[in-house]
Amino acid sequence: MAYSKKVEEYYENNLNIGSFAKEEKNIGTGLVGAPACGDVMKLQIKIDPQNNTIVDAKFKTFGCGSAIASSSLITEWVIGKNIDEAYKISNHQIAEELSLPPVKIHCSVLAEEAIKSAIEDFKEKQKNENN
Amino acid sequence: MTIKLPIYLDYQSTSPVDPRVVEAVSKSLQEDFGNPHSRTHSFGWSAEEKVEIARKQIADLINADPKEIFFTSGATESNNIAIKGVANFYKNSGKNHIITVATEHKCVLNSVRDLEQEGFTSSFLGVQKNGLIDLNQLESLITNKTCLVSIMAVNNEIGVIQPLKEIGQLCRKFGVFFHSDCAQAYGKISLDVNDLNLDLMSISGHKIYAPKGIGAIYVRRKPRVRIKSLFSGGGQERGIRCGTVPTSLALGLGLASEIAKNEMTKDHQHIKKLSDKFLKEILKLSHIYLNGDQTHRYCGNLNLSFAGVEGESLIMAIKDLAVSSGSACTSASLEPSYVLHALGVDDDLAHTSIRFGIGRFTTEEEIDYAINLINQKVNRLREMSPLWEMIQEGIDLKSIKWKTH
Repeated sequence: MAYSKKVEEYYENNLNIGSFAKEEKNIGTGLVGAPACGDVMKLQIKIDPQNNTIVDAKFKTFGCGSAIASSSLITEWVIGKNIDEAYKISNHQIAEELSLPPVKIHCSVLAEEAIKSAIEDFKEKQKNENN
Repeated sequence: MTIKLPIYLDYQSTSPVDPRVVEAVSKSLQEDFGNPHSRTHSFGWSAEEKVEIARKQIADLINADPKEIFFTSGATESNNIAIKGVANFYKNSGKNHIITVATEHKCVLNSVRDLEQEGFTSSFLGVQKNGLIDLNQLESLITNKTCLVSIMAVNNEIGVIQPLKEIGQLCRKFGVFFHSDCAQAYGKISLDVNDLNLDLMSISGHKIYAPKGIGAIYVRRKPRVRIKSLFSGGGQERGIRCGTVPTSLALGLGLASEIAKNEMTKDHQHIKKLSDKFLKEILKLSHIYLNGDQTHRYCGNLNLSFAGVEGESLIMAIKDLAVSSGSACTSASLEPSYVLHALGVDDDLAHTSIRFGIGRFTTEEEIDYAINLINQKVNRLREMSPLWEMIQEGIDLKSIKWKTH
């Protein structure tokens, strides 16, 4: 079970652990995975509504080192990005950056799903507000 | 006292060879190179003598006759011999049913499954939430076609001790052979083959501070248990297990057995003290669960579930400690432990389990270090865990509709 140096780094030094208040209108929350699978990620993004840019991101993960590293990495990547840009992040990019072995690729897939889910949640909230 | 890192806390997977055994085996490797089956010269005779001394040391630990002990390469081989050897010998008598338990080691489960392919029938007994079998259920499974019941003494993953005496009595009553995989029990708890009505027992060297590559099988002579040997050869070990007995390894197992017999009480007291302290301190963290019965257990095995913290991430966090999350043999699989599954441990807890193994050489300083480290890292990982956040908020994890992919 040898992890890549990158995974260890992200695992040790993650900056964006935490939570935002779910109900706030500029927060998008994505909760993906399942305890039965051993992987659950909660990813939250704070968006500037003027230009739909992600100004902050926080995560909490229940999962192995690769899962924690994948979610940590993605929060770092999305900060400063527009939500449409962030939506395009693919799990391949994450897996490559962390040198994930085949058996851990699903962790990067979950991280991609988490950000997409958070963005969709934000868009849903915006839609409901406009109605 | 400076602690050497990493600290070894995986005594169920294997144990370091006792320095006394290392010394004796090294000397023997140089001096006892003769083939113990060579009848014509002193090289053979002296090697044979060493093997016979070891055989007696092993027999003495379990109140058996040396003629009932046969050397093998380890408990996996012994389990194969016991299960397949007995089943195949008695096949033609019409007895083709084998009973075992869902929580047995893979080598037992797979031996039974392999026999199913050859026309045998089998029953896999479930266990209760505490990991112990229900004796009434066992009795209900025994038929006039049952030839063998195979139930391990101490479970390798969770440390529970099955009711061997009662199982033995039941098997005697119905004329069924009783085999027990005692890899984790031998040398650690008192095992008397007559008191327990055991017919066959598997013994592992590397679990009791002897080298790897050596084990033994006990096969009762009165009443006689017959075995169809697994491989053909020159008739060594009364034909039960052909092949040259590795004199020096056998000597190692013998010496380790004698040490275990003389030091069993001392070892037990030492390990129990450390185990009790470890458990007491770790349980101070909330939502920690000990898997397996609290009382019917071997104290050197503590399998704990840490709610809200995934097992692999915890193992990575406590990398100064060498531990495992269940059986070493199944660590390549991505699935949570089949033993925990058999206990009915919920999915959300199954992935959070770690097994801590304490042994003869574990020190109190090491346990103190481990307690401290685990406390730190569990708290940190819980801060990072969305599940722990929900548990703190009183949310029932089972009530959530998870988005699986």
